[in-house]
Amino acid sequence: MAQPIISFNNVSKRYPGGREALSNINFTVEAGEFVLLTGHSGAGKSTLLKLIPAIERASSGTILVNGQSISTLSGRGIPYLRRNLGLVFQDQKLLFDRSVFDNVILPMLVTGQSHAESTRRVRAALDKVGLLDRERANPVALSGGEQQRLCIARAIVNRPTILIADEPTASLDDEYADAIMEMFRSFNQVGVTVLIATHDRDLIAHSSPRVVHLQRGRVLDKATA
Amino acid sequence: MNALIRHHLHSLRQSGVRFASAPFAALANMVVIGVVLALPLGMYLLVSNVQSLASSIPTEPQISVFLTPGAAKTDVAALENRLRAVEHVRSVRFVSREAALASLKRSPGMADVISTLRENPLPDAYVVTLGEGSAAAAERLESELKGVPGIAHVQVDSAWVRRIDALLSLGRSAVILLSALLSLALVAVTFNTIRLQILTQREEIEVSKLIGATDAYVRRPFFYWGGLLGASGGLCALLLVFLAQVLLNRNLSEFGNLYGVELRLQFLPVADAALFLAFAALLGWVGTYLSVSRHLSKIQPR
Repeated sequence: MAQPIISFNNVSKRYPGGREALSNINFTVEAGEFVLLTGHSGAGKSTLLKLIPAIERASSGTILVNGQSISTLSGRGIPYLRRNLGLVFQDQKLLFDRSVFDNVILPMLVTGQSHAESTRRVRAALDKVGLLDRERANPVALSGGEQQRLCIARAIVNRPTILIADEPTASLDDEYADAIMEMFRSFNQVGVTVLIATHDRDLIAHSSPRVVHLQRGRVLDKATA
Repeated sequence: MNALIRHHLHSLRQSGVRFASAPFAALANMVVIGVVLALPLGMYLLVSNVQSLASSIPTEPQISVFLTPGAAKTDVAALENRLRAVEHVRSVRFVSREAALASLKRSPGMADVISTLRENPLPDAYVVTLGEGSAAAAERLESELKGVPGIAHVQVDSAWVRRIDALLSLGRSAVILLSALLSLALVAVTFNTIRLQILTQREEIEVSKLIGATDAYVRRPFFYWGGLLGASGGLCALLLVFLAQVLLNRNLSEFGNLYGVELRLQFLPVADAALFLAFAALLGWVGTYLSVSRHLSKIQPR
């Protein structure tokens, strides 16, 4: 049996002001799994995803990522945790003052890779998402689908073991959404653990062998979790 | 190559790119810092030039004892013995009125004036030199000698040197105070410039932190930028002071020619100029440190 690569044990998250976004969450993701995290808006999907790279910290409970406890992780340790994760954000977080290439190379610069190695891996990542011919373009000149693919290229360039995406197909039409999901599937097939938050019913119906459903901050069906 | 060295090179390159991408803003900052630093630097240069001029003049207290015309030889002999017996006296030299007049004639512009005189108006005199640090003894001796038979006037010649010394000391204190105040101004200018830089690059900082950038990685380009800003401002100050010195030297040279002396301000030695640039870079770095410590921690990915 595969080892859990992500593990939530009795995790709760309460925001300042008293709103409880997550309540007593228990679930695990095994290495190499493809998991969809579903639920309505406000169910707590984004909060749960943000707990994994320690963008938000849990109010109680234990989170383990790659065997490392996030709950006890110091501020200095967080950057090293994030380097092993590929993050695709709902609001993309692209930098529009630089080219497609320069957006994707950013994680390589952070980890201090050599210029030759960085260039090689950036081009490989852009090739995987079909944007190699647009490497000199500014992201503002890309379509919504291309921008999302650019985010994915930036997320995979450091060869993460876990890929986390928050609503990666939101605001995309069906054709683009299918292409993006196909990309995540192909990464999963080469061993990358994929965790995607979505509320897209079609996507849920067609894509994943495993769905974790959240409702009002709780995992709805423990059997599937 | 080591990842840390690559980070530093990347940060340095980033700072250069930022400098080049907004050249007018960078130039404006450079000039502001340059003007701020030029004030204490110029004053320091002036004080050190006066100090170097003053140091070439002997600072041992000297007393000129002018004798009354036709003083009795016995009084003069007794006076010389008395002067030689005084504590701290290093030398006693008799200057005859003829020797004094000849010496005066050699002074620039005085020969014509003296040639119009019908007789030598100068008295015989003793020049008494005391040891270093015996200014108080010189003043005591001055008051003791007043009223002694055969003496017309007693003058402590080195008093003006002490006054210059006091003035220089005041100048040095003013330079230190001005430097401290304007250093604070430079730190404040850098603090604010870096604050604006951080605000401008807020998105980049946020994304960098999300993809695993350490605080040190995020801070480093700002430190290079601040240091570069301080050093370039320092360079601008050196240039401004150098230009001012060139202009002043022309006027000083003309003024000195009138008195037959060579007057010229000396610029900072290379080592001092390098030290000054390093100090300016350090001030830029301090401003950056304060700004980064205050503003960067507030930017957290959401």
